[in-house]
Amino acid sequence: MEPLRATATSTIALSLLLLAALLRAQGAPPAATPAIPLMLISRDARRPVPTTIVGGQELVALDDIATLLGVSLREDAAAGGITVTYRTRSIALSPDQAMASVAGRVVALPSPVRRNGRRWLVPLDFLTRALAPIYDQKIDLRRASRLLILGELRVPRVVGRIDATGPPTRATIEITPPAGVTSSVEAGRILLRLDVEALDMALQLGSAGLIDQIRAGDQPNTLAIFLNSRSGTPRVVTSSTADLTRVVIDVPAPNAPLDAAAPSTSVAPPAAAASTSAAATAAAARSVLPPPRTGLQTIVIDPGHGGTDVGARGAAGTEEKAITLEVARRLRTLIESRLGIRVILTRDDDRAVTPDERAALANNRKADLFLSLHANAASSPTVAGAEVFHLLLDREGEDARRRAEADAVSLPVVGGTARAIEAIRWDLAQASHVEVSAMLAGLLVDELGAHVPMGPRPRQQAPLRVLVGANMPAALIEMAYLTNPEQEKALQSDDFQSLLAQSIFDAITRYRATLEGSLQ
Amino acid sequence: MTRRLAGEIVVGLVLVSLVAWGVNVALERLVTPRIATGPDAAAASTPGQVPHITATLYYSTPDGEALIPVVREVPLAEGPVAQGRAIVAAQLEPATAQISVIPPGTTLRAFFLTERGDAFVDLSREVSTNHPGGTSAELLTISAIVNAVTTNVPTVQRVQILIDGKEADTLAGHVDLRRPMQKDLSLVRDEVQ
Repeated sequence: MEPLRATATSTIALSLLLLAALLRAQGAPPAATPAIPLMLISRDARRPVPTTIVGGQELVALDDIATLLGVSLREDAAAGGITVTYRTRSIALSPDQAMASVAGRVVALPSPVRRNGRRWLVPLDFLTRALAPIYDQKIDLRRASRLLILGELRVPRVVGRIDATGPPTRATIEITPPAGVTSSVEAGRILLRLDVEALDMALQLGSAGLIDQIRAGDQPNTLAIFLNSRSGTPRVVTSSTADLTRVVIDVPAPNAPLDAAAPSTSVAPPAAAASTSAAATAAAARSVLPPPRTGLQTIVIDPGHGGTDVGARGAAGTEEKAITLEVARRLRTLIESRLGIRVILTRDDDRAVTPDERAALANNRKADLFLSLHANAASSPTVAGAEVFHLLLDREGEDARRRAEADAVSLPVVGGTARAIEAIRWDLAQASHVEVSAMLAGLLVDELGAHVPMGPRPRQQAPLRVLVGANMPAALIEMAYLTNPEQEKALQSDDFQSLLAQSIFDAITRYRATLEGSLQ
Repeated sequence: MTRRLAGEIVVGLVLVSLVAWGVNVALERLVTPRIATGPDAAAASTPGQVPHITATLYYSTPDGEALIPVVREVPLAEGPVAQGRAIVAAQLEPATAQISVIPPGTTLRAFFLTERGDAFVDLSREVSTNHPGGTSAELLTISAIVNAVTTNVPTVQRVQILIDGKEADTLAGHVDLRRPMQKDLSLVRDEVQ
């Protein structure tokens, strides 16, 4: 009996040990803590941020983000996800997905969101890609320096080097962007105090010559240079350029005074360049467009597709990008010769141009009209006809249109003052023109309908990418279906192309007349 | 060592091994994450055994000009996420008796919902590279997918299409995909079959 019991006991004990070992082995891949902690620097605090490295990616716990940055978390039992909310905006996350939905838009993350029971881990980039857009303070992640800077703080990069061991020993400290520096020498060390909130400094120089060590001081904005006890009186010379501040430290041997040669030419201290003005940041974040013009002086015609983007293709090999360019050129000739209006093409050769570049060209040239030319495609070869589109706004665009939103932005100008400029958000640029665009589309349908076959839905509204950023009345014309063999042949022919150009020209003539009030 | 002791040691080792193996298998089952794949529901063997729901999917009219709603059987799945996934997978499948508006080779990479009622449908890049182009054809493709989800998954108000795991500017050069879209029946002809 005894030996049996002993066997049973040892079996259970061994099993428990094995269980423990298996649990450890079956768990998540081994997690590590990074050697240098990530430091959060905010206006009132300097705190380490606990992070974990899993599978080569540095992750931070959502609970820690909540505590440090004041966001709230809510798990969604039904969908299995979690929502991170700051003030009124939120981010939705799902476990094992490398993406986040930020106030309705999707951003990619470098690695999936992980969930261990109640503990959620997200990659560090979550802070800059997902949280920063909804946060009210700037979030600056400096990976190399292991710093997470919150808010509009001045945290210049500080690098140091020993130029000569001498004696005299020379060290140079460079601060980018420039900052005000005051130096003091006391008790065997030089203390540099910078006019900033914190330093981004990876250096810690060891001893060389008569300098024992250079490292960060006790305060977040100070640097200390420890001098050897057998050194003479040091000389500290600070100079600044537009890009950086340089501090040159010469440490002589005692009783060997430094010669008069100054290390470099001193430049006048920088004009408050260290701080980033809030206005400039806000302005950079918005796209600035001038208010719309009246009259019809410049028309931009946009031949659809181009370059690697061929567009639709007909059965006989006709490429949409070629047709759109040919018709655009015809139209330009007509308008310039008969109406005397300036015409600019978004491309005049076979090149790829992004939708935003096309709209930007029109905006920058202060065009009064934007017309995009395309050829259509369908699953059936019987579908035929021209169709005209103007922009369909989503809910946000509709709200903007109703408010006729235009924010006045105060921008600093050369000379030191500021000027109020009416600015419109890029992706709502077309919103204020939608009604006139609808009228324009109507005229195009009328004139095209009188000369060429029209499609099953001659006039439509759709969320078309190229129209979104155009800050003037705009329309997109699908001239015919390339997938229809007859229409493909027609699109290749001079006659049909001329008909199309003529119809559009006629519509523009009527449009100009409407603008000038000579027609009802 | 006595034979008795040796025997007990052997017995002990065997017992321990059995326990270890059992624990290993059980832990594996518990810990292996469930990977969300697309048309896993469609792999069901006999239709009679797997419960189905009836759903409205969208296909091209014979003249190629619009969409028609068609009632089809889609495997039943638990919860809006899984059901939404099954619906999209069914919509993406080439249908023998219908004309699909989905470019060939398009597969569903992921499907997820936010608590606001937005669905994200992540499609493989074939949806763009194999698309014939043209504004009208793009609108039909997008409309079919958005309508399939919003019609059949009641909690979903809007659908955003992603391509290859990322937000896309457009589907094939025309239609703006950067924001979630609502159900739009303007391209749908009213003939439920």
